[in-house]
Amino acid sequence: MTALPVPAIGAGALDADGGESARFLGWVAVCLAITLVITCGSLVVGTSSIRTSLHWLLSPDAQSSVILWQIRFPRTVGAWFAGALLGMAGAVAQGVFRNPLAEPYLLGTASGAALGVTISLMAADASMSGLAWAGQIGVTGAACVGACVAIALTITLSRGMLQTAGLLLAGIVVAFLLSAVTSLLLLTQPETWRAMQAFLLGSTGFLSWSSVILLGVVFLLCIVPATLLSRGLDALTLGEDTAQSLGLSLPALRLALLGVLSLATAAVVGQVGIVGFVGLVAPHLVRQTLTVNHRQLLIAAPLCGGALLQAADLVSRWIVRPTELPVGAVTACVGGSYLIVLLWRRSRDG
Amino acid sequence: MAEVMRALIPVRAGLACRELSVGYGSRTVLEGVSLDVRAACWTAVVGPNGCGKSTLLRALAGLMAPRQGTISLQGRQLTSWSRRERARRLAWLAQTATATDLTAAEVVSLGRFAHCGWLAHRTAEDAAAMRRAMLATGSLPWARRRLSTLSGGERQRVHLARMLAVEASVLVLDEPTTHLDPPHQEDVARLLRQQAHECGVCVLSAIHDLSLALMADRLIVLGDGGVIGHGTVRDALNHDWLSKAFQTSVNIVDYDGVHLWRPQLEMTSNG
Repeated sequence: MTALPVPAIGAGALDADGGESARFLGWVAVCLAITLVITCGSLVVGTSSIRTSLHWLLSPDAQSSVILWQIRFPRTVGAWFAGALLGMAGAVAQGVFRNPLAEPYLLGTASGAALGVTISLMAADASMSGLAWAGQIGVTGAACVGACVAIALTITLSRGMLQTAGLLLAGIVVAFLLSAVTSLLLLTQPETWRAMQAFLLGSTGFLSWSSVILLGVVFLLCIVPATLLSRGLDALTLGEDTAQSLGLSLPALRLALLGVLSLATAAVVGQVGIVGFVGLVAPHLVRQTLTVNHRQLLIAAPLCGGALLQAADLVSRWIVRPTELPVGAVTACVGGSYLIVLLWRRSRDG
Repeated sequence: MAEVMRALIPVRAGLACRELSVGYGSRTVLEGVSLDVRAACWTAVVGPNGCGKSTLLRALAGLMAPRQGTISLQGRQLTSWSRRERARRLAWLAQTATATDLTAAEVVSLGRFAHCGWLAHRTAEDAAAMRRAMLATGSLPWARRRLSTLSGGERQRVHLARMLAVEASVLVLDEPTTHLDPPHQEDVARLLRQQAHECGVCVLSAIHDLSLALMADRLIVLGDGGVIGHGTVRDALNHDWLSKAFQTSVNIVDYDGVHLWRPQLEMTSNG
């Protein structure tokens, strides 16, 4: 437009700002450093004192090396993968639903997983064959199956994936229905209810090397397609019509991203139960501090989520020694207060 | 024979539709619409609120499936183009300039999506197209700013740049002048005319402001029952299509060969 003065800006103006990419790299480095520190620190934090743990580390015997390398180490590595998956799932959910308050559990996965676990625990109590069956798929398997059933229900209820609003509503309906069924079942079986608490609050206590391998594989299976589709998520922020006009097939894009979202959440819920707020807060933290596109967000949010859940895990082990807090309670406290600060700041800034 | 003819005669029709019916749910918005939107020409769509301007544009841009009828882009069925090829030839500008956390440069680079694909491998040609588009809309100074930190008008110009960066031969714009102050509305109108006359692009835009719409080469006037008329601005004025469409007398004055809409504030009998 001729009326406007044309500023003397070189071709470089179109490329990412040097300062901005330095900030991004700095952010990645900080997350990795925190993860490294926590991973080392978590080896010496547990029910025994730090001095004992240090002594174990320096002169290990058979028993202590089992505690360090078969219990504490896989637990903290697993916590990182679970947090990373939640952070990634949160970023994907917020992108697909074009809603900054979207979170990984909004397809009903959490309620589905809870119902799956309830049924398996009740079956184990009820009969020998039920016990055998429950033992075979385990709590984590039951949670995973429950989460998948919930996702299938949500997608069926919203009749395909034409509208994100319909999908969101269907997710809420499925979550309520399945929670109601879970509550009804638990009312009849108060003993199961106690056992369920650990799962409902989320716990990193069950993580073993096999869960680390499982979470790691799922993480790779999710992060690769998610990063490849990141341009689609960028385009979706411009609105559905515009994204479509750019040459994207919205149903195919949504299907792929919801697949990633479902796989990630189902795997996490199966391994650590329902850990809230990490998936919601991690992408927010990134966006608060950096100007990112979705490719960068999908790198930064998992790093942030992983560090967050590891930190929460460490706190939950440390704060009420020699017992433990459920890690979900810690993330809820930290994440909840962060959101309050965020809202307060927003309303103050107008 | 038809193939030879097509190769010899450059295709002049940008967009066309025959017996087009579109609607949402049980409501039919437009029925039996046949139009030819010419290349190298700026066509404005005008009509009262809710008459189906946006619906017509969305259907012609292939963003919603028509109930009946056919749409052709550059002489070929719209549905027979592959998604990527269509996106390279037809660019769309939505009515609302969405705020996103992406930078202006990232938004404009999405205009090259149909050219560079998923991995965003940007060639020199892509970068040049982006730069041209941002210069033309004056949005280059904000290249590194987040869209959410820009004003509504600035955002609209970034979206306009995103659409120009496609370098498509057909541009479909839904209310491109909303949110803009008068000088920038003028800039947009000038840009659309320039795209049509100098670059040979087929420009189709819905425009609310009648005086601005009358700057276009051709008008499509929509009313309650569908298309009232389609032709040059002169045709529209001669047949008084605007009054028919708005169902009230629309007063257009000729000021040195420029047609302006003059609001009538005096009480009139047909008011």
